[in-house]
Amino acid sequence: MESAHIVKSFDGDLKQIESLLLEMGGMVETQIADAVTALIQRDVELGEKVRAADKKIDVLETRIDDLVIRLLALRQPMAEDLRSVVCALKVSSNLERIGDYAKNIAKRTSVLATWQPTKSSINTIKRMSKLVQDMVHDVLNAYLARDAGTAEDLRLRDEEVDQMHNTLFRELLTYMMEDPRNITPCMHLLFIAKNIERMGDHTTGIAEQVYYLVEGSLPEDDRPKGDVTSYMSVDPDGQAKQD
Amino acid sequence: MSAYAVDKNLGAALMTDSATMNQPIITAKDVQVFYGDKQALKDISLDILPRQVTSFIGPSGCGKTTFLRCINRMNDLIDICRVEGDIRIEGSDIYDPGVDVVALRAHVGMVFQKPNPFPKSIFENVAYGPRIHGMAKDKTDLQEIVEKSLKRAGLWNEVNDRLDLPGTGLSGGQQQRLCIARAIAVEPKVILMDEPCSALDPIATARIEELIDELRENFTIIIVTHSMQQAARVSQQTAFFHLGELVEKGETDQIFTAPKDERTQNYITGRIG
Repeated sequence: MESAHIVKSFDGDLKQIESLLLEMGGMVETQIADAVTALIQRDVELGEKVRAADKKIDVLETRIDDLVIRLLALRQPMAEDLRSVVCALKVSSNLERIGDYAKNIAKRTSVLATWQPTKSSINTIKRMSKLVQDMVHDVLNAYLARDAGTAEDLRLRDEEVDQMHNTLFRELLTYMMEDPRNITPCMHLLFIAKNIERMGDHTTGIAEQVYYLVEGSLPEDDRPKGDVTSYMSVDPDGQAKQD
Repeated sequence: MSAYAVDKNLGAALMTDSATMNQPIITAKDVQVFYGDKQALKDISLDILPRQVTSFIGPSGCGKTTFLRCINRMNDLIDICRVEGDIRIEGSDIYDPGVDVVALRAHVGMVFQKPNPFPKSIFENVAYGPRIHGMAKDKTDLQEIVEKSLKRAGLWNEVNDRLDLPGTGLSGGQQQRLCIARAIAVEPKVILMDEPCSALDPIATARIEELIDELRENFTIIIVTHSMQQAARVSQQTAFFHLGELVEKGETDQIFTAPKDERTQNYITGRIG
């Protein structure tokens, strides 16, 4: 957006939507970090805080929606402006979903706090969530800088998250086979892993929107998908396999 | 010799088959227009596809109306105006010295910004063209042409009981549809519309836009409009003019969502005027 609009308040409106979106993104990053910290440190109080903070993200999403709808009605934006507001609408909904997943992780804190943690799984979850948190951070920077190249790279980085999810899925299945008493914590960890994996997918969705915003078209190639957990099973002697 | 000099009823036989749909009906090459020594259009080369709506957009004074008026040689009426270059309709050079300009304008009809019905009855407004071009065999035939044209222009139901009343007594939107009926009564190939809705209220505008959409089944339409939203709604192709140049031309969807040229982007997003 190199030159200004003839109607100056139009620029003001676009700027406001952009800064709300970045604010929302920042909050989502914090939520992911806090939710996983609460999990690892068995901090039930922090978990509660994350649950409560999710409402603020929802409020921001509604505010962005209202502003976008108002702008569409009043200014009838075209070209880059149109792409920018449609992108804001979609990105805010992706961020809101990521926030929901963080909240869901936080909800499971109190149950998991009462169980003996399975160390290697927790470590994988920690690394996965850090990866996703960085992706959210980078995709927001790419949005701010209108950087299609970084957005394109991010789509590829999600494959790493998928791989970790696969590993974790296999590992948790094995633990459950070993000892039925593991089932409760492992089921929760499985959902948490799935939540983080979905966060990665939504971040990829945002990256695609940033690409569209800059280039005017969606990326043509299908992004590589590494999640194979839908095809996994475990045979009775505890060996995980994949069809 | 141009086709227009020989066959005045070419338009009636126009219904081209689908195989020719992607062949341009109008081709303009290196068109320059001067008003005295001031150059209004520079090197315009543009193809117009048949039975599609093409919109010309651009700030005031960019040359879009000048170019529109080249297509039916309306600029001939301005003494100081000089047109260079090549404009062909279905391959025939319309600036060939042998061209019958009156016949050409029957093939390339025009609708103006302000509705301008003749100070005659509704019937006569529509019947005038077919009569002077000798298109009706007898009175019944003429009546049929008038009825068909008014129906195609979506005006028949509103005026069929008062065809003898003056056309100037209709509302603005009805007058504009009467002018469209008058233009299509002579079975043109192309209809040029110069801001046809700028003097109309939103409802009358919506009726004209609906009509444009119906008319493109049979006619090639070129519309000059200052409303970007209107261009986006009614046209399949859009050409953007700026300072006498054709900056960008393409599918309307592409122009309004992802224009290639920065000037187009700046104009349609309201950054330059």
